[in-house]
Amino acid sequence: MVTEPDLAVNLGGLKLETPILAASGPLGDSHQYRERFSTSALGAIIVKGISAEPWPGNPPPRLAETASGVLNAIGLQNPGLKHFLEQDLPRLRNAGPRVIVNIVGRTVEEYALVAAGLNGQEGVDGLEINISCPNIKAGGLAFGADPDQAYQVVSAVRRQTTLPLLVKLSPNVTDITVIARAAEAAGADALSLINTLSGMLIDIEKRRPLLGNTFGGLSGRAILPVALKMVWQTAGAVKIPLLGMGGISSARDALQFFMAGARAVAVGTALFYNPELPEQIYRDLIDYMIEHDIAALKNIEGIAQKGVDHNDQ
Amino acid sequence: MAPAIVQTASPGQFVMLYLPPNRQQQLPRPLSIFKVNREKGELTLFFQVIGEGTSILADQKTGSTIKVLGPLGRGFPAIPANSLLVAGGMGIVPLVYLAAAAAKPCTLIYAAGTATRLVCPATDLEIAGVTLLVATEDGSRGEKGTALDLLSRLLNANTDCCRAVFSCGPRPMLKSVADLGRRTGLPTWISLEERMACGIGACLGCAVATTDGYKRVCHDGPIFSAEVVIFGD
Repeated sequence: MVTEPDLAVNLGGLKLETPILAASGPLGDSHQYRERFSTSALGAIIVKGISAEPWPGNPPPRLAETASGVLNAIGLQNPGLKHFLEQDLPRLRNAGPRVIVNIVGRTVEEYALVAAGLNGQEGVDGLEINISCPNIKAGGLAFGADPDQAYQVVSAVRRQTTLPLLVKLSPNVTDITVIARAAEAAGADALSLINTLSGMLIDIEKRRPLLGNTFGGLSGRAILPVALKMVWQTAGAVKIPLLGMGGISSARDALQFFMAGARAVAVGTALFYNPELPEQIYRDLIDYMIEHDIAALKNIEGIAQKGVDHNDQ
Repeated sequence: MAPAIVQTASPGQFVMLYLPPNRQQQLPRPLSIFKVNREKGELTLFFQVIGEGTSILADQKTGSTIKVLGPLGRGFPAIPANSLLVAGGMGIVPLVYLAAAAAKPCTLIYAAGTATRLVCPATDLEIAGVTLLVATEDGSRGEKGTALDLLSRLLNANTDCCRAVFSCGPRPMLKSVADLGRRTGLPTWISLEERMACGIGACLGCAVATTDGYKRVCHDGPIFSAEVVIFGD
């Protein structure tokens, strides 16, 4: 009988006390969230994308609500590496959860510059390369949609850092496993998937696109089946661990990702609906593991793949 | 309800109302604070049913519990006597709270397209020391004309009548009020609205263009000096 299930996981060298992470974006650098809500159930917080220089972001409107989801085009607004290191990082040290910094750039050199600046900084426990943002015109998704470019940017960052390195993959590709293999070959320690799905809405009164950026990224409960399928496919294609995300808003959702092959999961949009969600997922996960006599999450990682013939897919 | 919010709230601030679990999942709704009663620890919100989120809120039974986060955002600055408060439609909500807290006397202009859009209960508009002026574009109640017509006429009649302007309402109206503030040099403060997700300044979803770059309506506002806001269109 399991009475105290083990929720600790090792995500590509990053030892996490819980398998629940806050995805990059919704919480910014997380200091406003940490002032108001407990982070005790979070294994790590992934800080919103940081670039070499400050980025202004996209013109408003930047947000729209959709059927069981949110469409956003923030445009990776961020204060830049220097500001992050001087102003934001000191507040993040000893915050509790581990800190993974998402990094963005328009060129391979910019990504490498940010990685070099973050390497060895006290309080930074890992990096996540964003090669998948659908909301910026240059870079971003371009790196995530082409295996050669993905390989180049990941290996350039790899050369600059000894930190555990995650690569965040885009779902806006024909075959996500091709990009996943390229990132693994270039030295990624783990893969994060999925980023948002590209989409748009039109304001029928103004007769023009609703978002200031025209296109945005869809997140939230609506995208869960898409994300789960891609985690499933990627788990069969690479050996490095996966951080699954996309529409997770309960322990039952999280368990599906573990069973598809994810080592850990991240919540993003669902934090808007319920900022205390991580604690609820944590409690419900423990209850589920006790009830089903599961001593550790590794016992169910990818378990749904057993006995399924992948040649039939 | 929400005693801590009531004790620290100031006019112009808002709260996020978390909707009870529903089939689709809806983002929390940002609502301006309408009234507070510190003795009783009561917070009063006042909203119009527009879409699914406000429908779900309106369907809640008396006595049901709902999660509230707040008070949020930066409210209005201290309001001097002889200020003009200009409300368009549902923009009345934060201005009733502001009028209650204002140094007296002050004047409250309350305008809408037609009388049926003037939904604020009359008793909430009766505040000692506050002169109420009502206008509708179709003349169905009060004077015929817009909020801006009334505002311009007051200022033309007596430029000394007004020390500052505080306004909330539809964006075109706020733009006109801001333009007037620039022309007259009167300190002018406006309450902005934008789609929000987090409400605490983290997600950067509710950006507004200003002379100092994009600002967050939820955290840097919702009250802004009219001088700094760049109105698109």
